[in-house]
Amino acid sequence: MINKLFDFIGGVQIPYYKEMSTQDSIGSVALPSQLILPLSQHIGAAAEPIVTVGQAVLKGEEIAKATGYVSAPLHAPTSGTITDIGDYPLPHPSGMRAPCIILTPDGENQWMPLQPHSHDYQTLDPSTLRNIVRGAGIVGLGGAGFPTFIKHNPGPNGHVETLILNGAECEPYITCDDALMRERPEQILAGLKIIKHALNAKRCIIAIEDNKPKAIECLRSALMIYPIENTEVIAIPTIYPAGSEKQLIYTVTGKQVPKDGLPINIGVVCQNAGTCAAVHLAIEKGQPLVSRVVTVSGDVGKPRNVDVPIGMPIDELIQQCGGITGSLRRLIIGGPMMGFAMHQLEIPIVKTSNCVLVDAGNAEHLKPRDEVMPCIRCGSCAEVCPVSLLPQQLYWYSKDLDLEKAQSHYLFDCIECGCCDYVCPSQIPLVQYYRHAKAEIWKRERETQKSDAARERHEFRLFRIEREKEEKAARHKQKKAALKTNAVAANATDSEPSKKHNDPKQAAILAAMERVKAKKLESQIAPKNTDNLTPAQRKTIEEIDKNRKERNNKDTPET
Amino acid sequence: MISAIIVLGLLAGIFGLILGFAAIQFKVEGDPLVEKIDALLPQTQCGQCGYPGCKPYAKAIANDEADINQCPPGGEVTIIALADLLDREPKPLNPENGTESEVTVVTIDEQICIGCTLCIQACPVDAIVGAAKQMHTVITDECTGCNLCIPPCPVECIDIIPIKTSLATWQWDKPDETRTDDTKTAEPAL
Ligand code: SF4
Ligand code: SF4
Ligand code: SF4
Ligand code: SF4
Ligand code: SF4
Repeated sequence: MINKLFDFIGGVQIPYYKEMSTQDSIGSVALPSQLILPLSQHIGAAAEPIVTVGQAVLKGEEIAKATGYVSAPLHAPTSGTITDIGDYPLPHPSGMRAPCIILTPDGENQWMPLQPHSHDYQTLDPSTLRNIVRGAGIVGLGGAGFPTFIKHNPGPNGHVETLILNGAECEPYITCDDALMRERPEQILAGLKIIKHALNAKRCIIAIEDNKPKAIECLRSALMIYPIENTEVIAIPTIYPAGSEKQLIYTVTGKQVPKDGLPINIGVVCQNAGTCAAVHLAIEKGQPLVSRVVTVSGDVGKPRNVDVPIGMPIDELIQQCGGITGSLRRLIIGGPMMGFAMHQLEIPIVKTSNCVLVDAGNAEHLKPRDEVMPCIRCGSCAEVCPVSLLPQQLYWYSKDLDLEKAQSHYLFDCIECGCCDYVCPSQIPLVQYYRHAKAEIWKRERETQKSDAARERHEFRLFRIEREKEEKAARHKQKKAALKTNAVAANATDSEPSKKHNDPKQAAILAAMERVKAKKLESQIAPKNTDNLTPAQRKTIEEIDKNRKERNNKDTPET
Repeated sequence: MISAIIVLGLLAGIFGLILGFAAIQFKVEGDPLVEKIDALLPQTQCGQCGYPGCKPYAKAIANDEADINQCPPGGEVTIIALADLLDREPKPLNPENGTESEVTVVTIDEQICIGCTLCIQACPVDAIVGAAKQMHTVITDECTGCNLCIPPCPVECIDIIPIKTSLATWQWDKPDETRTDDTKTAEPAL
């Protein structure tokens, strides 16, 4: 089988700095004092805790269950005690906190009883295999974190021609997949075989960038020992972003994934190397996803790949990799091109964390952006864009928040690869502009939805008031008619109670107010709505009230 | 069997036609311009524009009785959208109507509320639930932050609170360029 390769448009040649972290083999870490396990480590609905504080759990035990179809459960990465369920900082660019389960290890690292399907998985039907993968909490380990079992469901009419193992790993510094391919090729192949079986895929292509000759060699020789039908390892040219899904599919098959479409639409499924190994462990060993290989690189004492339990605090992980050499400037999760700078060190490794990149200002290649200069319209950005967009135009539209134009120039096709940013001679933070513009579009969509709902509710209220008025009028009429037929004496008795009826109501309100006032004095509860306000908020309310009054005063005489 | 399907199919078709015809024939015709303007207004229903709600303000704009810069909750974004729709020049928000500020919601201190229902009567979008003499609660998701419920409350137990950002609503900042170019208005050459 000879494969012709296709070169995608654009892309950049960048320095890789990969040898830093590949000197040693994959290491292990000492268990930290506590593991921080966010309930949402994947795309989709957050998991729901099924343990309580104080409960003892074994390694591999499910501690939070999936909610809804697009979701993933969470398992205890080691044995120990649940010590808290609450909000902790996440490895997210916002630096926000979200619900996490805290597990304090007992040091035993004791597995729960496992149910491996070591030899009989061939007899299991695809949906059973998918359910095991789902129950093991496996999500795409390459970065996005999409629940893997969904990718393994081709749908009723889906037909998978090609299964691609994505071993490109094109971002600088990151070597966790490279290390796995060199050191545990048999696990990757075993997982690939299972996925191929589950998808009933015709052929399999293991695509690896040609700057990783060792990984290519290891997988080729492993494939001789553990052969898979219609499967081959191919070396693809080293160019960033060759590992991006749509670019990789084009390189390997020459087919374009349709706009707004999925690879499955053209009969292709891509899997990351780490994900394949996780699928193998889930099926043949019965182990859920409780650890992953993470690259720790940049300005640390001992850059390397380590097998890390999910939930390991990053500060402790860096300590175990020789600590930060120098004073920390930035902590990046992911690579330098597509990763995110974090706000703090006390955040956990999650299922999608592939790389911890420390920038302490030593490495010349992690320099912060120089002074931003005006765009000189050189067009370099358009030359390198792998999606054939016009980054310069997108920049102007995003900057001016001309969101309609940005969208009509396919802003949402931008994969945020950072190629344009990288080559821009004016150092313009282009991707940041695109991210901001995308978020702004989402925000406005949310606002439109909210105002549509408000309009509906307001209109319903007006309708309701109108209806109540009509009903009241109808009742009034009836009453009047009844009165006419009755004696005049009834009139007198009728009007008095209604007057009285009003008075007790008023009196009740007044009495209640008195009571509350008294209670407030007693218990020193001051009305909170004035206390809790910032001066700015207080001023706004005053202004709004004043304006409204003025407006009303002004309007009444006129109309 | 087949005849049943055909008959049912025919019936469905006929009813469809009748419904479609009815929809066209008996449609309550709103003024399309008013609808279009109303669609751009934030629907806070706060009355700061000087009209008792967004729709009346939309009508006033459509009838040339009001300017396009009187809605503080909508702010600049709304003014530009209105200017676009009506083919007019955008202008700054009329300070007489107020200033643009962060959208907030309100919450009721349930310890203090006496259940007088006055806030319910003031809320333009029925975002408060409660019955007479029962404590009242704001449905935060429906609250538009118009603050109309605050003045009527006899025991002053309604607080203004900021809308909490969640992971789903968090957004990237616009880049802060140390040096910006002023060729902002120039249309890029295509
Ligand atoms: S690379 Fe930078 S300077 Fe050149 S056209 Fe693009 S944005 Fe402008
Ligand atoms: S970040 Fe977006 S616009 Fe820039 S090169 Fe990548 S895909 Fe193209
Ligand atoms: S000021 Fe704006 S939001 Fe408030 S009622 Fe008027 S149009 Fe609606
Ligand atoms: S609850 Fe108050 S602030 Fe919220 S929409 Fe109703 S009246 Fe306005
Ligand atoms: S107006 Fe105040 S006291 Fe009355 S029901 Fe509303 S919140 Fe409670």
